[in-house]
Amino acid sequence: MRLRQLFLIISLAVVTMQLALAQGLNMTFPRVFKAGNSFSIQSSGNGKATLYIIGPGQVLKRDVQLGEMIFFQSASLSNSGHYLAVLVAGSEKKSGTFDIVPSSQPAELSFLAKPSRLPVDLKGGITGAVYVFDAYHNLIYTPALVSFELSSPGGSMQTKVLLTHDGAAWTGMDSTALQGTDRFVARMGDVSETRLVQQVPGDPCGLKMSAQQSGQQIQLATETVYDCRGNPVTDGTIVTFTESYHGTLWTVDVPIKRGFAEVEMPSINGAAISVASGIVLGNQIEWKR
Amino acid sequence: MLKSILIFCLAFNTVSSFGAGQASVRVEPANLHGSRPLQEQTETAVIRDYMQSWESFRAALEQNSALLLDQDFVGTAKEKLTDTIQQQALLGVSTHYMDREHDLQIVFYSPEGLSIEIVDKVQYDMQFLDKKRVITTQRMSARYIVILTPSEVRWRVRVFQTVPE
Repeated sequence: MRLRQLFLIISLAVVTMQLALAQGLNMTFPRVFKAGNSFSIQSSGNGKATLYIIGPGQVLKRDVQLGEMIFFQSASLSNSGHYLAVLVAGSEKKSGTFDIVPSSQPAELSFLAKPSRLPVDLKGGITGAVYVFDAYHNLIYTPALVSFELSSPGGSMQTKVLLTHDGAAWTGMDSTALQGTDRFVARMGDVSETRLVQQVPGDPCGLKMSAQQSGQQIQLATETVYDCRGNPVTDGTIVTFTESYHGTLWTVDVPIKRGFAEVEMPSINGAAISVASGIVLGNQIEWKR
Repeated sequence: MLKSILIFCLAFNTVSSFGAGQASVRVEPANLHGSRPLQEQTETAVIRDYMQSWESFRAALEQNSALLLDQDFVGTAKEKLTDTIQQQALLGVSTHYMDREHDLQIVFYSPEGLSIEIVDKVQYDMQFLDKKRVITTQRMSARYIVILTPSEVRWRVRVFQTVPE
């Protein structure tokens, strides 16, 4: 009989304690924190509990004293995301959600620039896309201004300032008239990323050759080959010389060396000789000894 | 050109004992702010690979096995999820995610074709276990921003991040 009374008293005490905890167990915290910042969760109730912070980006577990402020030092939660906080004391639980948002301070730009090599004077030929991240590699998705600058060795500069959408921005730039290495820079605040873009001469322009007798052969040579913007065409570019006479055709491909191309071909009185490079046709000569 | 809204129902296999079922996937017409046109084949492949990444994500965080991320995640996304899995393993906890609804839209296709950005409003159930004891089961919703980049044969998730709704 005494044992039953004792059991009843203990059971009553346990239920009373749990009710007290249930009534008192709570936590309060802001709905949004900045990534990497310190923050606190105010708990209420009595006794000990376990606090879980759960999200795809991070999971934390901490034993806490109810009624006290639970402090998380800076960088405790640094991954942007949607988190669930669960406070567990015995069979009682309290939960709530909050968000970690990226810092507004950019620390890293992921900058994709294409192509790395292209001909001069091409409209919209260069593209750049950028994603903006904070110091904890969180994508900064709030709109922010990004500048793109393309500068050529000749001193010309194209600049575009754009607003990011969902952390991304892109632009198209024209390749400039001068061959050489351009610097393509994406910049946000103090953070910048640079890519080098090689501008090479375009197709030959105004291709012109001359001919002279050289023993039994004819010596053919182009003038220095330039593109339409006056850049000397790259050595190695193929120039094709063609000689035709009464249905017979001789064709020789010659790479440009030191700016021009030359070749010796059969010297045939009355032959027609032409020069071309790619799709660009040069002058034609009717050979007379 | 407006395309009609596509609604898929993709079947997912799950080893979880909780909430097994199918996630409905609603794809809004792309709203691109890039210059590159999005081909239908590309769109289909990206969405297929992204949905498969959810399977890997679920399995990896449930089994605390970062190896399961290899096929579908790369870069920052993989590093962060791997860290979470290591934290879970250390604490003896695991998380079961069960996605219920996806409402997604492609918002950016970079001009050189090397990245695609998706915004996805996801409804999911989350069950959290500490030493196999269920601590909580919650219905959650979040807006995900996801960046995928092409690899040898598939698109892989490089950024996997939620933003406040």
